[in-house]
Amino acid sequence: MSKPVLATTSLAGCFGCHMSFLDIDERILKLIELVEFNKSPVVDIKTFTKECDIGLIEGGCCNSENVEVLKEFRKHCKILVSVGECAIMGGLPALRNGIPVKECLEEAYLNGPTVGLNTENILPNDDELPMILDRVYPCHEIVRIDYYLPGCPPTADLIWNALVALVTGDEMKLPYEVVKFD
Amino acid sequence: MSQKITIEPVTRVEGHGKVTIHLDDQNQVAQSRLHVVEFRGFERFVQGRPYWEAPVLVQRLCGICPVSHHLAAAKALDVLVGAGTGDGLTPTGEKMRRLMHYGQMFQSHALHFFHLVSPDLLFGIDADPAIRNVIGVALEHKDLAVQGVMMRKYGQEIIRATAGKKIHGTGAIPGGINKHLSPEDKEAFLHGPDPMNIDKMLEWSVSVLEFFKDYYKENQSFIDDFVSFPSNHLSLVRKDGAMDLYHGVLRAVDSEGNKILDDVDYQEYDNYIEEEVRSWSYMKFPYIKSLGPEKGWYRVGPLARLNTCDFIPSPLAQAEFEQYKALTNGKPNNTCLHYHYARLIELLHSAEMMKELLNDPDLMEGELVTKGTKGSRGVGLLEAPRGTLFHHYEINEDDQITRANLIVSTTNNNEPMNQSVNSVAHSWMDGKTEITEPMMNAVEVAIRAYDPCLSCATHALGQMPLEVSLYDAENQLIDRKRT
Ligand code: SF4
Repeated sequence: MSKPVLATTSLAGCFGCHMSFLDIDERILKLIELVEFNKSPVVDIKTFTKECDIGLIEGGCCNSENVEVLKEFRKHCKILVSVGECAIMGGLPALRNGIPVKECLEEAYLNGPTVGLNTENILPNDDELPMILDRVYPCHEIVRIDYYLPGCPPTADLIWNALVALVTGDEMKLPYEVVKFD
Repeated sequence: MSQKITIEPVTRVEGHGKVTIHLDDQNQVAQSRLHVVEFRGFERFVQGRPYWEAPVLVQRLCGICPVSHHLAAAKALDVLVGAGTGDGLTPTGEKMRRLMHYGQMFQSHALHFFHLVSPDLLFGIDADPAIRNVIGVALEHKDLAVQGVMMRKYGQEIIRATAGKKIHGTGAIPGGINKHLSPEDKEAFLHGPDPMNIDKMLEWSVSVLEFFKDYYKENQSFIDDFVSFPSNHLSLVRKDGAMDLYHGVLRAVDSEGNKILDDVDYQEYDNYIEEEVRSWSYMKFPYIKSLGPEKGWYRVGPLARLNTCDFIPSPLAQAEFEQYKALTNGKPNNTCLHYHYARLIELLHSAEMMKELLNDPDLMEGELVTKGTKGSRGVGLLEAPRGTLFHHYEINEDDQITRANLIVSTTNNNEPMNQSVNSVAHSWMDGKTEITEPMMNAVEVAIRAYDPCLSCATHALGQMPLEVSLYDAENQLIDRKRT
């Protein structure tokens, strides 16, 4: 029987959820017996080369590119999991919701105490830069999400237990130490 | 007809980036750019938040080195609450934070080497990307992979014991730290069963460095000739010129080693450093004010730190430092891939510092917090794994943040990374109209040397696959490849 295929990505996240995933430590050796990786920064595979069983999403959507990547994940993954507060509800980046994007840009590129001469009031704006969305969206507002793993980041044990449960079909264990926050 | 190439994005470098290359009518490279495509707006949305939230909030910009942000913010708040800079803290406060920081440095450098660099060294940079990754290493070089995993784990455990949590901890508070090191943790770190003890970590740090030096011996021309260009270098150093990753004064040297800045109190950092805004990237371009944007840009991180400091205050790393300095006759090292070499010397230094600290009784007892008179402005700097990190906050009478400014390590390396991309583009693309696989690899290897955390630099983060787009003189896209 072929192994279940796993993909992961980071949208508007801090990568902390991926780091927490790596905190499974030695179990990473078991993991590679359990699943096959596809598109994921963990293994340097940058495009989908096959249909996947499980997609882990870190981060919400703050620009047009995040939306595209998220839709691509929905298309290629049977099960999609929002991992962490950012994917679930926008997280820290969503603190900008309610503030006009222009104000955020001006603070960073015009008003900053170390911004040098910017007589032309340049704000980054280029064909190569994806469009910033009016606010940061949680993943389930863009596509259907099947499961949610809370935490900032979720503990390594929570991510591990969830993956094992998804792969084996066994019921997931959720002891207090594994799901408690700070 | 001229052409344009885009490379997007570099996975094993953390953060989103994109490279474009424009060719002229002779198909020579006319221009190349590394675009950072993420924007968070942190400077604005943190306004109005209570100041004491900064160390726990701001670290959520970067889960790769949250401790660096946690501590840089805490250091800025030390000044705000009147606890002074660096030596103002109690011995316990300062040493617990230092242990946390060296734990972070250790895990980050180990992660970078084993996950990001070792696949290239073991399989070669032109090997099939499907195996040229950490899973490939785990399958074919299991011992090395286990070593990498356990070294990272050790660093992460140190962070847990000092910060309360491996990622996004809460240990550092304005004016100090919120706990002592527990006797159980101390015992485990010093004498735990193999491999989870400090002596094993030291032994492994030495052996990783030997592994790299052997590789260097056999591939010296590749490493030395890959990408090299003169630049200024900047970092904090201890007042006496020693390497100090947690606290010090600002020093900058030019490519020949002449001092540009020395003994600068970083509370005044904005008198010395400015940033340029360019329309095509969310990441700003810092430079030393007195030299201006053209001449004032500089490198930060391991390579820069080994160029600015006079010595390393731990014996094993100092011996390695002397060998390393001999390669350039004591002059600054301007070779990109020597970042890796320098990083491993710092890995060893971090292990030595952890051992010294773990044996220090101040961690187990003593006052945790210094109190003082509150001010309205505080700046905190430290040497994060990827280079100098600047945090600056101002508050009002209601304790709300009114202004925040961050210059993140990777932002400091913005111009050098662009220079590196440009150098690769010229050597691999001049005269070509198609993006080749070796060219893609070369761009990645060049950028990866800096270990950039690109989205953290725009206060965002994520994986960084790379897309290269090639444009002709009429600005028509003629080729696009993704790594
Ligand atoms: S949930 Fe927390 S750890 Fe995960 S990406 Fe968001 S800020 Fe980072």
